[in-house]
Amino acid sequence: MNKGERVNQFMKGEGLQKLIAVLALIILYMFFSFFGKYFLTVDTFISILDSSYYIGFLSIGATFVIIAGGIDLSSGTVMVGSALIGGVAYNVWGLPIALSLGIVMLSALIFGAINGLLVGKIGLPPFIATLGIQFISLGYCSVIAKVQTQTYPSLISKDGWFKQFVYKNEGFPMGIIWLILFFIIAWVILNKTVLGRYTYAIGSNEEAVELTGIKSNNWKILVYIVNGFFCGLAGIIYAATYSTITPQTGNGQEMYAIAACVIGGTSLSGGIGSLSGTILGVFVISVLKTGLLSMGLPVQWQQVLIGVVVILAVLMDVIRMKNLKRFSLT
Amino acid sequence: MEQKKKNILEMRDINKYFVGAHALDNCCFTLQKGEIHALVGENGAGKSTLVKIMTGVYTDYDGEYLFCGNKVHFQGIKEAQQAGISVVHQELNMMNDLTVAQNIFIGRESKGFFCSDKKLNEKAQKLISDFDIKVKPTELLKNLSVGKAQMVEIARAMSFESTKVLILDEPTAALSESESHDLFEKMENLRKKGISIVFISHRLGEIMKIADRVTVMRDGAYIDTLKVCECKIEEIICLMIGREIIEEPKQRSGVKENAPTVLEVTNLKSSKVKDVSFILNKGEILGFAGLVGSGRTEVMRLIYGVDKKESGEIFVNGVKRQINHSKDAIKYGIGYLSEDRKRFGLMLGLSVMDNIVLPSYTKLSKFGFVSKKKCLSETYRLIKQLKIKTFDTNQIVKKLSGGNQQKVVIGKWLLQDMDILIFDEPTRGIDVGAREEIYIMIKKLINQGNSIIVISSDLTEIVRLSDRVMVMSEGKITGELDISEANQEKIMTLATQG
Repeated sequence: MNKGERVNQFMKGEGLQKLIAVLALIILYMFFSFFGKYFLTVDTFISILDSSYYIGFLSIGATFVIIAGGIDLSSGTVMVGSALIGGVAYNVWGLPIALSLGIVMLSALIFGAINGLLVGKIGLPPFIATLGIQFISLGYCSVIAKVQTQTYPSLISKDGWFKQFVYKNEGFPMGIIWLILFFIIAWVILNKTVLGRYTYAIGSNEEAVELTGIKSNNWKILVYIVNGFFCGLAGIIYAATYSTITPQTGNGQEMYAIAACVIGGTSLSGGIGSLSGTILGVFVISVLKTGLLSMGLPVQWQQVLIGVVVILAVLMDVIRMKNLKRFSLT
Repeated sequence: MEQKKKNILEMRDINKYFVGAHALDNCCFTLQKGEIHALVGENGAGKSTLVKIMTGVYTDYDGEYLFCGNKVHFQGIKEAQQAGISVVHQELNMMNDLTVAQNIFIGRESKGFFCSDKKLNEKAQKLISDFDIKVKPTELLKNLSVGKAQMVEIARAMSFESTKVLILDEPTAALSESESHDLFEKMENLRKKGISIVFISHRLGEIMKIADRVTVMRDGAYIDTLKVCECKIEEIICLMIGREIIEEPKQRSGVKENAPTVLEVTNLKSSKVKDVSFILNKGEILGFAGLVGSGRTEVMRLIYGVDKKESGEIFVNGVKRQINHSKDAIKYGIGYLSEDRKRFGLMLGLSVMDNIVLPSYTKLSKFGFVSKKKCLSETYRLIKQLKIKTFDTNQIVKKLSGGNQQKVVIGKWLLQDMDILIFDEPTRGIDVGAREEIYIMIKKLINQGNSIIVISSDLTEIVRLSDRVMVMSEGKITGELDISEANQEKIMTLATQG
């Protein structure tokens, strides 16, 4: 394959979408630099990073699920719900903070496993299974918290060390280090391991995978558990960033994750996508969120605009799929 | 001047470009009134592209297109259809959950807002009786056999009163011999009514039987148009591939006299399979003949562990085995190549390499980490061995031709070192050249000590490849023939037994 061919194939794949994501990021950044107040400041830059952590972790998990041909509508509520249970463990049960964070992870992993079992073992469509878990996690975690808001220790308190560790250390955004670290780990899993290759294969044609002697259902369960793991990480960093966790919140956050994936070129029909694209998508969203705030627009405008961005990104995905189909007919 | 038959459709010097490819190079095509005109060529020869220009799917092309003597440039399928060109595609375009009548009149249910099923059914009934198709207008399409569904689609195409030209794109690919025969009768009737038919097929035998003229295409170029009654199959094949095929003489592929039995199946039963027993010997090609829907694929799916069997036992190398999932079958050395490679065999959106190494990842990885180097070298080896035409290992499988896609599927199994390979319709939708290569490959596998089962609806293929033939009909095995006594008539007789 010569160079032109290669470029051609790249552009027909998720490459074009990635390129557009990069351009969008640059244009948005320039736009807000001109029109936003105090946008070009270190503080704003850090707050862009801050808002990217939990979306970032959710999106990494979502990338696995979507490439495997599924979808997770429960990740937002699982994240907040797990953080809430961790808060209960710390405030009510009086567990040490480290153990409480462990409980956040455990809770998210359990929800991930339930999603996996519902999809892989029982055979529910992912949309329905995870929608159910969205409600269950939202309600159940609030019940455990007796519908009380849970507060994590502040930065300066005795147990505040965990915030310095995962979120911010004397102004330095620690979160970005963790995001980079787990991005690399996730990248290795998706690109260098059998699990990753099966993830793409299942999303591309599950029936064919099944007939090749691979128990695709078991691998799908694993994919949802990986997703649960990243929801747990998101829960920890969410707790560290926002400190107060309110019951009955969190739904809607999964849409940011799904949007980030799609903006970055991951196809909702499965089999196509990349983590690098997803991270680009994450920053498009957090720049958009922070930038709109800096323009003094009400929060509701964020929702409108992000909705528009998601629709545009999915539209591109649809067009790309059509092009692929047309090409194959020749 | 000799009175020439009237040309209803004429295409001159058609050129069509795709990104980076010259898909049609000065193509010509003429269709006379009331003739059956076959269009042949290997996959990728440009038949589909030409048809798409004919029917208005592609609108950007150069060249002259005359229809009924007028210069035309259709701007869409609808325009072509209104002018009188109807097409029946290879893959049926029908709504499975609607009735026959609803399918036929889809888009033309009524002139107003409300529509009545009763009227539709009456209209459909008339059409169906005209065509002598044995279905009820109220029957759901999914309950019809492929053959009947195809007839319904042709009836739909002909229900446009303006239709003068009917294009059939590989109509017989999924049909059994008797269904094909039915179809040819219908085509003959249409011809008598003055309808012109463009008939695309890979089966040259059919073309010799039914067509008046045949146009051969190769690599996007027009090669020649011949009168069928004046030429031989071999001539057409030569034109199609540009070289001669040497037919191997029919012979047993060297099964030893007392070769051990590698696979024995006894009393296999399921809803579609009725008490099937057979054995496969080492180094043997066992052909499975029968009509479409006779249960051949179902038997193999039971053996391979995809479907659940009600009863029956499977012995591999003399040992009784429980096979509940394809994973078990592979463990015991049985591989299955599905008849529907796009649905069950390939991940179309992924690369050649991803497809070939998929079942072998565990072999090509350490502690769960995939060795790209090993994958690459194995893929290169198979691309070379199977002569897969691809730019490189990253090529997306969707963009390969049917023959090359099938080779990718075969490559996937070769990498696995299976002892027993089940080929289900190995050459469906594959052009002549690639077909030969696949035959040679199968023979080669036998020489390497593999044992093979081939399911095929193409009787010439069965007779040519098999050492022994099992014939199935309606879920039962109706006969077993050694190749020395097998011929197409005998197989056909057994296959049509009740």
